Amino acid sequence: MRKGDVCHTTPMRRDIGLRQRYRAEMRFRAYGITAISIGMFFLGVLLWSVFSKGYSAFWQTSLTLNIRFDAAIIDPKNIRDHDSQVLFTANYPLLVRNALAEKLGVPSDDHLALHEVSHMFSSSVRVQLRDLVLGHPQLIGGIQKVTFLASADIDSAFKKQINLAGSETRRKISNRQIEWMHRLSADGSLHRAFNTGLFTLTASNRPETSGLGVALVGSLYMMLIVLVLSLPIGVAAAVYLEEYTHKNRFTDLVEVNINNLASVPSIVFGLLGLAVFVNFFGLPRSTSIVGGLVLTLMTLPTIIIATRSALRAVPPSIRSAALGIGASKTQTVFHHVLPLAVPGIMTGTIIGLAHALGETAPLLLIGMVAFVANYPITPMDPATALPVQIYMWANEAERAFVERTSGAIIVLLVFLILMNIASIVLRRRFERRW
Amino acid sequence: MNPRLKIKMCGSNVKVFYAQKEILHGIHLDIPENRVTALIGPSGCGKSTFLRCLNRMNDTIEGARVTGQILLDEEDIYDPSVDVVELRSRVGMVFQKPNPFPKSIYENVAYGPRIHGLAKSRVDLDEIIEQSLLKAGLFHEVKDRLHDAGTSLSGGQQQRLCIARAIAVRPEVILMDEPCSALDPIATARIEELIDDLRRNYTITIVTHSMQQAARVSQFTAMFHMGNLVEVGTTKTIFTSPGEQRTQDYITGRFG
Repeated sequence: MRKGDVCHTTPMRRDIGLRQRYRAEMRFRAYGITAISIGMFFLGVLLWSVFSKGYSAFWQTSLTLNIRFDAAIIDPKNIRDHDSQVLFTANYPLLVRNALAEKLGVPSDDHLALHEVSHMFSSSVRVQLRDLVLGHPQLIGGIQKVTFLASADIDSAFKKQINLAGSETRRKISNRQIEWMHRLSADGSLHRAFNTGLFTLTASNRPETSGLGVALVGSLYMMLIVLVLSLPIGVAAAVYLEEYTHKNRFTDLVEVNINNLASVPSIVFGLLGLAVFVNFFGLPRSTSIVGGLVLTLMTLPTIIIATRSALRAVPPSIRSAALGIGASKTQTVFHHVLPLAVPGIMTGTIIGLAHALGETAPLLLIGMVAFVANYPITPMDPATALPVQIYMWANEAERAFVERTSGAIIVLLVFLILMNIASIVLRRRFERRW
Repeated sequence: MNPRLKIKMCGSNVKVFYAQKEILHGIHLDIPENRVTALIGPSGCGKSTFLRCLNRMNDTIEGARVTGQILLDEEDIYDPSVDVVELRSRVGMVFQKPNPFPKSIYENVAYGPRIHGLAKSRVDLDEIIEQSLLKAGLFHEVKDRLHDAGTSLSGGQQQRLCIARAIAVRPEVILMDEPCSALDPIATARIEELIDDLRRNYTITIVTHSMQQAARVSQFTAMFHMGNLVEVGTTKTIFTSPGEQRTQDYITGRFG
């Protein structure tokens, strides 16, 4: 090509609406970012509200004092050798009150002050000291260092959840008690410790002695029942529907019903459970077995749907390969297809279990909303569940129950987050690409 | 056809329906023993469908129906007394896309002999696997990594692994459905050499889109068009003096 042949005219620029297209794209990005921001904002508000109210529930105020196990108070008539009942009914809180009054220098004839002293500590000391004395009768007459719970009001005040600056008549804790609290705190008798009771204690009408123990055990039993029942039933149903049946009117009907079942409101499952398991089969109310069965019914569709889509995601070439060298249908499914679907099935199962763990409404109907003070030994014993415990505590009036409610929500959220992380890890770890 | 040849498989009046639609309109085709028979024809002509009738893989497709008769050594494979699992252990298949199991090379080959109980002992099984990989021309490339994933091999190696997997069951017939269409020319050449070697012990039917491949590897060629068998004969005849205009047009590239 010679120099003169080079064409210098620039090609005509057409208006093909580029500017509008880029503007539309920018607009759409802005919508997306706005939507995500709004979502994140509300999630942040929710988490902040729960955590700011609830983190203090993991700490509990306790008192450590030298307590004189005065035989004159425990057993004034000295009859404990032939009447052990006296050790059960003794006035143990009086021991603590006297010890505390002595420590604070309250004279033994100032009844008003003594009354206030006895409101500094939890009345759970009665049971605590009784068990201590029953276990070690030789303590009577001696002095022993004991750590016991402060009362809920002192606990709230010590955590600065009560406005101590306001008028004395408008709060449940007096100026004198506040002054004592500061003195005890200064010499280390009053201190904060990790609240193991939140996880081990059972139902109580005193906030400081109520815990999630029964709810944790109940939820654990129910999760085990759901896992043991819904996983094999769900996987078997899904394998049959996906691998063995031919598409016909019957399988269409089954499919529609499974999808409907997945969207049935949970309260309906509760009524169903009440009618079938409690009234018809006569299983005991309020028990984890009934709760577990109801939650199994709710989780089944989730697991069936997840398993079916996991099976469908296994490439048909794997089935052809196995069938092509003479594997039977069942060998193809169990040697090749199902193992490849396992990560998807596990993910679906964990998500189903997480749903079941957070389910409340059906459990209310089968009576798991109950005041259960004793640990359930078997799934046939009355129990509660984590979300139900949250519901019950949320209905309590006392200030100290507010932080316990939020604390229980944190515990539930931690379990749910752990389960969801587990499902994500499984998916990442075992994901295959063909 | 040469009367001295034994006919291994014989299809007569084979019709295939998907739902109500007739895909194959009555195919009569003999497949001679220890020869390579190539099925050629434009896309959608029914050659793969016919191939899949020969080991009843069409059974797995919902709504597919096969009528007519296909004999394997004088026995009708669509007879209710025939077990499809046994049939497929005698008529193996290699697919268009290499489809090794996502397991080790060893396990891929071992699976067939294991489910059919062909190996009496571990030593026996090792022997079958070595022989199968040798016959598939893969053994020397993979002997040091038999326990690596089958999917870690290259495409051509994967396809040879699939051939080894089919051979390990000791079938009588091997069906190949466009086995080289996903491979590069070098891998294709290796598979074609392999097919020629295998012919001594097996009857092979291969579907292919490549005229050159059909000419190179097969002794007999069957030309399909729109669900009909247009013409069948020795590969030499079909490619040098076809009897039908459609065959002539197809192999010279005028349609297809």
